[in-house]
Amino acid sequence: MSSRASLAPGGSVFRRRRDGWLGLALVLPALVIFAAFTYYPFFKNFQMGLFKAAPFPNLPSRYVGTAQFTTMLGSADFWDSVKSTAIYALITVPLGVIGGLVMAVLAHQQLRGIRIFRTIFSSSVVSSAAVAAVVFQVILSPQTGYLQTLGIHLPDITSSPTWGLPAMALVSAWQFVGLAFIILTAGLQSLPDEIMEASRVDGATAWTRLWRITFPLLSPTIFFCGVVGVIFSLQSFGQIDIMIGTSNATYTHTNVLIYAIYRLLHVSQNTGLAACYSIALFVITLLVTLIQFRLLEKRVHYAH
Amino acid sequence: MSQVRFDAVSKIFGGTPALTDLSLEVADGELLVLLGPSGCGKTTALRLLAGLEQVSSGTIHIDDADVTNMEPKDRDIAMVFQSYALYPHMSVRKNVEFPLKNAKLPAAEVAARVNEALATVSLTELADRKPGQLSGGQRQRVALARAIVRRPRVFLMDEPLSNLDATLRQQTRADIVALQRRLGVTTVYVTHDQVEAMTMGHRIAVMKGGVLQQVGKPLDLYNEPANAFVAGFLGSPGMNLVAGELRDGQIYIGGDLVGTSSVADTRDVTVGIRAENLRLADVGFSATVVVAEELGADVHVVCETATHERVVVRQAQHATVPTLGDTIALAATGQVYVFDRHTGARLS
Repeated sequence: MSSRASLAPGGSVFRRRRDGWLGLALVLPALVIFAAFTYYPFFKNFQMGLFKAAPFPNLPSRYVGTAQFTTMLGSADFWDSVKSTAIYALITVPLGVIGGLVMAVLAHQQLRGIRIFRTIFSSSVVSSAAVAAVVFQVILSPQTGYLQTLGIHLPDITSSPTWGLPAMALVSAWQFVGLAFIILTAGLQSLPDEIMEASRVDGATAWTRLWRITFPLLSPTIFFCGVVGVIFSLQSFGQIDIMIGTSNATYTHTNVLIYAIYRLLHVSQNTGLAACYSIALFVITLLVTLIQFRLLEKRVHYAH
Repeated sequence: MSQVRFDAVSKIFGGTPALTDLSLEVADGELLVLLGPSGCGKTTALRLLAGLEQVSSGTIHIDDADVTNMEPKDRDIAMVFQSYALYPHMSVRKNVEFPLKNAKLPAAEVAARVNEALATVSLTELADRKPGQLSGGQRQRVALARAIVRRPRVFLMDEPLSNLDATLRQQTRADIVALQRRLGVTTVYVTHDQVEAMTMGHRIAVMKGGVLQQVGKPLDLYNEPANAFVAGFLGSPGMNLVAGELRDGQIYIGGDLVGTSSVADTRDVTVGIRAENLRLADVGFSATVVVAEELGADVHVVCETATHERVVVRQAQHATVPTLGDTIALAATGQVYVFDRHTGARLS
């Protein structure tokens, strides 16, 4: 290297090399954490999908290539799980987004005590799946539930093939609605005041303002909320495990992909197939998100 | 055609008065400029007239109708906002037709009026563009088209030129004046730019701290300011205001006689002299030259008096410019104004 190089902006070659090492040292802790808990499990999963677990514990697994993927794609159980997952998401996401939107619009009013409502509306986001499950058990239980005491008699949803999945999706939607509310409230608060005022001066009624101005301007946030909602719903597990559980016969109807993975891994000890299901869930999540971006983004209005 | 009347209108935000006891009339077809620095209450007054804020006390009339508690949409007004407030997701045409659609006018009439409004502001070619694809000046014209398409009783304009560059601002200023004169719509125009106010307004209402200081024709305000604030705010540069003394009708700055007053009194005062009414002289009050600003046709010689007050002298380009740091003598060649040192009220 010529002597000119050492005079380049930013100091000498030695100093730049030293800065490079310093930069690497600074990102190293984050890299180690990501490598250990994200990248390694991610790639390990693909490897596990190529090995079939032995029928008994403590025996070595056997390389079977893509055979387990073929098995999975040919199995009715897998497609039932995909269907349950789809129904689950189709209930959770619209309910959560629409519920969050309605609450965000209501709580956007300048009213006395509105902060209390904002806190209440967003509270479900800090409730864990376990809390959500218990809350709904207390409400829905056919023996001691609040609805029973109010004289509203429901079937036992935890043993109902018809109501099990929708009920679980409802719990998920309740949990997601708090997050949707927070995201959409932030979106509403960032809308320019002058545009809303202009629409008032331009003679728009509250209803017209909502449909023709607020919702179109909020569409990027609604879209974002939908994407987050899909990912959230595809990962719902806790409430199904607590309210239904593997011992309950209804589980075959609430056997969404994430729960099927858990069952394959911990009940059947079938690590290879569980890994295949995990990869399938990853691919589905990726595809759904990409489709959302391709289809919905065309309807989204980004302000300039 | 319409008149606007503020009667003792006040607005208090959380205990802080933003507008105090404003009484003001805007005549039919008049362009009245509300002028003042930031926080003077001019935008508050406009927003109260628009119905975007509620008055704390007082009434607002448009013609004979009391609009004080009316919704903005019921006041038959149109407003141009500082940021233009265009609907970013709608095309230019949709933006302009939005108020007409809200008024549920027949489609044929909507189309005709939108075409006319777009033609008026020379935007017909860009009707299908979104606001994000337009320049600042074009967006401003869309906002104007959206206002004129309504054929409202009153136009409200909130610093509509402040986001444009200097050249475009000057051109658009003339366009707005021409449009307003042609349409003859009563207009209330808010600005902090006194050049805009002087060149555009039939009359100017100068405000400070939420209080109306003076209202009148631009040259009347320039020549006969009611107080030191109005004198200092109008003009480019504003009137020179220097601490002085009144001794039996003689006006002194730093012990030097600069003029006479019709008030035969003796007290401390603020002396006001316009930059064009000062010249370098052999005898006068002394000041030190700080900087000379070359403006092409003129030179502004900025000086500092013995009491560290800034004084600007306007000189023709060919005049001899004094050396920086020199101490010079300044004499008044025109009217010398005298203001109360404490209240700022004009004495003579």
